[in-house]
Amino acid sequence: MTGWISDFMNHPATYLKSGWFQISVTNLVVIVLMLIIFALAVLIPFPKDHKESKK
Amino acid sequence: MSDMWTTKLRNKWQKNLPIEKLLPDDQPAYVASWIYVFGVLTLSALGVIIFSGIILAFEGPAWYHTSDAGKFVNSLHFWSVQLFFVFMVIHLWGKFWMAAWRGNRLATWVTGAVAFIASIATAFTGYLVQTNFDSQWISFEAKDGFNSVGVGAWFTVTNLGQMLLLHVAFLPLILGAITVVHVLMVRKRGVVPPIDAEPISLSEAKR
Repeated sequence: MTGWISDFMNHPATYLKSGWFQISVTNLVVIVLMLIIFALAVLIPFPKDHKESKK
Repeated sequence: MSDMWTTKLRNKWQKNLPIEKLLPDDQPAYVASWIYVFGVLTLSALGVIIFSGIILAFEGPAWYHTSDAGKFVNSLHFWSVQLFFVFMVIHLWGKFWMAAWRGNRLATWVTGAVAFIASIATAFTGYLVQTNFDSQWISFEAKDGFNSVGVGAWFTVTNLGQMLLLHVAFLPLILGAITVVHVLMVRKRGVVPPIDAEPISLSEAKR
């Protein structure tokens, strides 16, 4: 790997720790993104079929 | 004639899952929601996983570790697994919060849960057969865990041959079969309605 990807990825993961609980920043970001996608999937209205509604 | 097992099986199939249910042309109005998309997204990701996995199996590690095309298909296989799990977990959250086991759908829910567990086992063996330092690290960390619960003699994570065969033959068969049963059960019972939803079909709602 070369360039910015190498600089971005080629080091040990950063961990957050609180007592017995430990999580990598990467895993935390993925979980938060999934929660955001879940919330958006529930809240954003599904597009209507314009062809069908014109009939 | 009616005592033949083929007749009994055919009659039972036609009673439980007629072709109109198996290949429906209309769905309830409540499926027009993004949260209902994630089951199909999970299946789509699984399709990419199987397709890229078949290419990897035919070409082998000497190809997918060295050539540009091989590295691309290897990455496609890896990242489609990441998306598969993201979609499956969001599908799981959606179904959990709408209590998807309602309406005699317990078996649908249970087969989904078993498919989730089978997916974890398949993905785990996949990490073990990457044939790189990552798989070496994971297998040497995992062997102590499996030995401590007494299954290390049967499920040997440092045995590349066993892990490879489980990953490319046994576990995909199990996962594939459970997925087919899960989808057939969804077809049989229909997609679960949101709590307190009106049972109107999409075509009726558009009128």
